[in-house]
Amino acid sequence: MSTNNELIEAIRYNVIQGRRNKDDEGLEDELTGRPGVEELVREALDKGVPLQDILLRGLSEGMQVVGEKFERKEYFIPDMLAAAEAVGTVMDILEPHLVKEGRQPRGKFVLATVENDQHDIGKNIVGIMLKGAGFQVVDLGISVPSATIVEAVRREEANFVGLSALLDTTMRFMEKTVKGLEAAGLRDKVKVIIGGAPTSPEFAAKIGADAHCRDAFAAVATAEKMAAGSM
Amino acid sequence: MSTATRRGILVNPYLRMNNEMVEQIHRGSMELLQNPGVEVWNEEAAALYDRGGAAVSRRGENGAWWVKIPEKMVRDALEAAPRRVVLGARNPENALVLDGAEPRVFFGTGSETNFILTTRAEKFVSREDPSRERVFPLHGKKRGTLEDLCRAARLGEQLEHLDFFIRPVNIQDDDITEHNKDVNKFFACLDNMTKHVMAGLTELEQMDNVVHMAEIVAGSAGELRRNPVISFITCLTKSPLQLVDDATRKMLAAVERGLPVVLSSSPQGGSSAPVAEAGMVVQINAEILAAVVLSQLARPGAPVIYGSVPVRARMDNLHDMYGAPEFNQYNVDCVQMARYYGLPVYSTGGVADAKVPGIQAAVEKFFSHLYVTMSGPHLLHYAFGLLEETQTFCFEQAVLDNEHIGMVKTVMEAPEIDPETINDNLEVIRKVMQSPHRLFARYARKRIHSGRLYMGYPFEGGEEYDETMLRAMEATEQLLAKPAPRLPEEVRQRVFDEVPGILDRLK
Repeated sequence: MSTNNELIEAIRYNVIQGRRNKDDEGLEDELTGRPGVEELVREALDKGVPLQDILLRGLSEGMQVVGEKFERKEYFIPDMLAAAEAVGTVMDILEPHLVKEGRQPRGKFVLATVENDQHDIGKNIVGIMLKGAGFQVVDLGISVPSATIVEAVRREEANFVGLSALLDTTMRFMEKTVKGLEAAGLRDKVKVIIGGAPTSPEFAAKIGADAHCRDAFAAVATAEKMAAGSM
Repeated sequence: MSTATRRGILVNPYLRMNNEMVEQIHRGSMELLQNPGVEVWNEEAAALYDRGGAAVSRRGENGAWWVKIPEKMVRDALEAAPRRVVLGARNPENALVLDGAEPRVFFGTGSETNFILTTRAEKFVSREDPSRERVFPLHGKKRGTLEDLCRAARLGEQLEHLDFFIRPVNIQDDDITEHNKDVNKFFACLDNMTKHVMAGLTELEQMDNVVHMAEIVAGSAGELRRNPVISFITCLTKSPLQLVDDATRKMLAAVERGLPVVLSSSPQGGSSAPVAEAGMVVQINAEILAAVVLSQLARPGAPVIYGSVPVRARMDNLHDMYGAPEFNQYNVDCVQMARYYGLPVYSTGGVADAKVPGIQAAVEKFFSHLYVTMSGPHLLHYAFGLLEETQTFCFEQAVLDNEHIGMVKTVMEAPEIDPETINDNLEVIRKVMQSPHRLFARYARKRIHSGRLYMGYPFEGGEEYDETMLRAMEATEQLLAKPAPRLPEEVRQRVFDEVPGILDRLK
């Protein structure tokens, strides 16, 4: 039987280890089979551990350590992703509890790789990191027509749209999507963030997007600023 | 003594020549040893060959002896020469086991350059745009000193992929003479590093002083033979097909003292050997085999190393040329010949003809670091810091070479493919296919943190211009700031008391 503090500490440790559940190996030896973040959070909820403690002392502090390790070059992108994925996995479990406590989610993203573009590594990484940072993410996948993206924004009542393109031949569909949002009367309800190798801040300004992010870290930082109303 | 020794890199050797070609080279060398034979300028050697069954004749009272060596003598010598030679070290974990049947590669320095290439960073302001400032490395040249040799040994101790040490700089201080050079150069190396030290001898008369020093360092005369912390390089061949008096005497003296000896030959394709690959290899092979025969006649079972240093002539000045692709071909062939005979081999690679570090140096060095290593020589000498056709040694270049050799070693690692790894990976692929993002990143983590994954060029930097040298300068400074692994004080004191000629400033 674990005490609340032990459970929270175990959640924090497993975030740092990047273990979503018992099947993940983590970094240290012989962790496979032991409870991961998902099992531990469920146990914590069952035991009535305050949500605040799970979120702040378990998940957030774990992510903070991961971020510090990354800064010190002890951790790399795969470590950040594993940790963010572990946190993202339990955000779905925590969501109804958060709603019950009357907490507002940080915001909802609709993510897509634009029409005719099959590249999704960058977009997926952004999705994992955003989810790990506590945003809700609706990922529409690859080669998504702008009409589908506009429809999803309306349906999901999204606060953010994240558009990705790797090809200079497909980035023009970002502009088409922005125009689609305008035509549907949704443009002032969502922030449009774009990214991908051929894109740039100048391109974002030209097509009327709100921001260009060079990588997933920038995407999280930008979204956090926008959610806080400071951008 | 611990049984752990340096690992080097075991390679699956690349074969440039097929078996038939190897046989043809062997046959050609056997023919050369009979006709014209070898011209020998040392009487003791001539007598040994004579007693061993060679046809020996002399041209005039002061002339050389012509020695025609029958194949049987070569066979007998190869039978007698050990397949396995151990090169010891102050730290026995740094010892090298050279096994003629096992292509395990060790990397070392070489070889007595006269100049050190110095490097300093200087700030430059653009004439077109005075607000633009840049820092560039500038080089200078200076004569090598004893202090430089001490620093080179200290650096060599720190370089992860440096397995053995041949002094990369000639000591040219005013107080260094022919008589005290040997004891000072060996002591400078042995007192600043714990890896194997190899060198040629300047003066035969100093052999006993040097060997005695090594005995003190190793612990005793017997211990030195078990753990030979030093070995000798003797270039007794003067190509084509001549054995010179001085180096032959040094070789015989080293063999007599039971220490490992490299029997080196360094013909230059296009001047002292045919430029054609077949001619070069047939000749150098004959030259080295003649030396192997002599060593085994002098002392059957003497630990000797097939020393192939074939180079190519540069046709505008007849200097040695190391960046030539033919240089690499020659060397790879020689490694194959040594393996055919089951002898440990000392080979050559990693020298730039370029005078300063940069693109030309990187291409020339990497080319031969990789290609010659692929053939599986036991000792790859000249691999660190050498520029300008071995005229110049550069500390920062040695640090760069160390990293590049590390990359070569990684490339040469045996593939990890077996049923277990296949199954593990099938499982990972299946798991990822079931996941929403189809990303393998998390499964790379253990390998990242095990240190077994290449994480990027360590001297990376500079968005507008190449800053590799600036990074290498910082790295060199950090490595040289580490303390020297001095000999224990009582050992140093014994060396000073019992070995004459060591300069006060080394004390």
